[in-house]
Amino acid sequence: MTTVSLTVNGRAVTAAIDPRTLLVQFLRENLRLTGTHVGCDTSQCGACVVHLDGKAVKSCTTLAVAVDGSSVTTIEGLASGDALHPMQEAFREHHGLQCGFCTPGMIMSAVDMVNRRGHHLDEKTIREDLDGNICRCTGYHNIVKAIAAGAEAMGRAGAPLRQAAE
Amino acid sequence: MYAFTYHKPTSARQAATLLAKKEDAKLLAGGHTLLPTMKQRLAAPSALVDLGACADLKGIAVKGRNVVIGAMTTHAEVAASPEVQAAIPALAYLAGHIGDPHVRHRGTIGGSVANNDPAADYPAALLALGATVVTNKRKLSAEEFFTGLYETALDEGEIVTRVSFPVVSRAGYAKFRNPASRYAMVGVFVAKRGGEVRVAVTGAGEGGVFRWPEAEAALKARFAVKSLDGLKHTADGINGDIHADPEYRAHLIGVMAKQAVAQATGK
Repeated sequence: MTTVSLTVNGRAVTAAIDPRTLLVQFLRENLRLTGTHVGCDTSQCGACVVHLDGKAVKSCTTLAVAVDGSSVTTIEGLASGDALHPMQEAFREHHGLQCGFCTPGMIMSAVDMVNRRGHHLDEKTIREDLDGNICRCTGYHNIVKAIAAGAEAMGRAGAPLRQAAE
Repeated sequence: MYAFTYHKPTSARQAATLLAKKEDAKLLAGGHTLLPTMKQRLAAPSALVDLGACADLKGIAVKGRNVVIGAMTTHAEVAASPEVQAAIPALAYLAGHIGDPHVRHRGTIGGSVANNDPAADYPAALLALGATVVTNKRKLSAEEFFTGLYETALDEGEIVTRVSFPVVSRAGYAKFRNPASRYAMVGVFVAKRGGEVRVAVTGAGEGGVFRWPEAEAALKARFAVKSLDGLKHTADGINGDIHADPEYRAHLIGVMAKQAVAQATGK
C-alpha cells in the first residue's frame, strides 16, 4: 500500500491504495465519484476523461499514485450547486446525448477543447479534437452542435467574471 | 494487472540506480503503452520506476542548429512549442497528430522511441531528420537506435534522456491513420538537409521504421511532388493485417510520400 494525496473537485483527499490502482478506479471506488465512466478500458473511447492539473487525460490509463499531489476535476466538479456548467447546459439544450454513457467524457473533453482553443470553435476543429471520444448512439452531430454552443456560452459566462476579477 | 512496487525518483541518475537495483523493473513514462499492456497482463514488471518527477528529463531547447527535446516531454508540449514550430514545423505537426488530445497530454517522446512500436509516428521523424538519441550512457544515431520490431539498441538499465533533432531546410509528414487506434497504417516523413534527402516510413515495415532509398534518390535530383510520379514501393517486407494487406500499404507509401513532400514544399 502507498499513500496518495490529491485535490479532487477542490477537495483534498488522502488514501492508502495499492500502487496498481488506476485513477478512474480511485475516483469511482474510493471517492464514489461514479460520473467518470469506464467504457473500453483500453484508452480509446474517452468515457473516462477527467482534467488532471487542467488538462484532459484518460483516467483508465493513469495510475492514481503517479499523479500524487495533482489537482483533478471530474464531471461532478463542473456544476456550481444546481446551476449546470454552460457546457452541460449546451448538451441538454442541443440534445447532445442519447444513452448518456459517453457524455461525462464528452463534456470534459469539450471543456478542455475550449481551454486550449478558445470560445469560437468550428465544426472541423471540434470533430478533429473529438478523436479520443467515442459515442455509439448519436452519430456525433448534436454533440458537435452542443460543443460549439457551449464554447460560446462559456465565453459569455466567463466575460463578467473576468470583469469582476479586474 | 499484477501487483508491482512503485518508485518515483527525481532525477535520471536516481532512476538508473533504482532500475539496476530492482529485478524485473520497468520504466514508466507517459504509460500509454505500458499500462494497457499491464492491464492485459501481457507485461508484469515487479517494479515500476516512474520518470514523471525527473525534472532533468523535461523541456525543449534550441541549441545551435539543433532542437533538443527531453525524454519526458509530452506530445502536446512538442506540438504547442513555439521553438519546435519555428525550427521544424513538420515535427510539431507530427506530435500534434499522435493519438488524440488526451493521449497527447500524457504520452512522451522518450516513451515512444524506447517502445519503437512499428506503427508509432516519432521513429519516422527521428530517422528522416537524422536525430540523435541521447541516453544516460551514450549517444546513438536513429539508425543505430531502432533495431527492429519493438526493438532498440537500449541496454538493460539504459534510459533515454533526450532526443536531438538537427534543423533541416524542408520537412513534411503525412500519415494514413487507423481510424480506431490513430496509429499510422502508413506514415512517411521526408526531410531535406542541404543536399541530402531522407524518406522514412513507419507503420508499414515488418521490421519497423525504414528508409526508402529510391524515393530519396528521386527527391535528391529534384525536391518536388512530381519527382515521385510513377515510383512504387514493393510489397515485399510490408505488413499485412486485418486493416490493410501488404499491397495496399505499399501503395499508401507512395501516396503518403507525395503528401509529405507537398507539405514540405508548401504545395
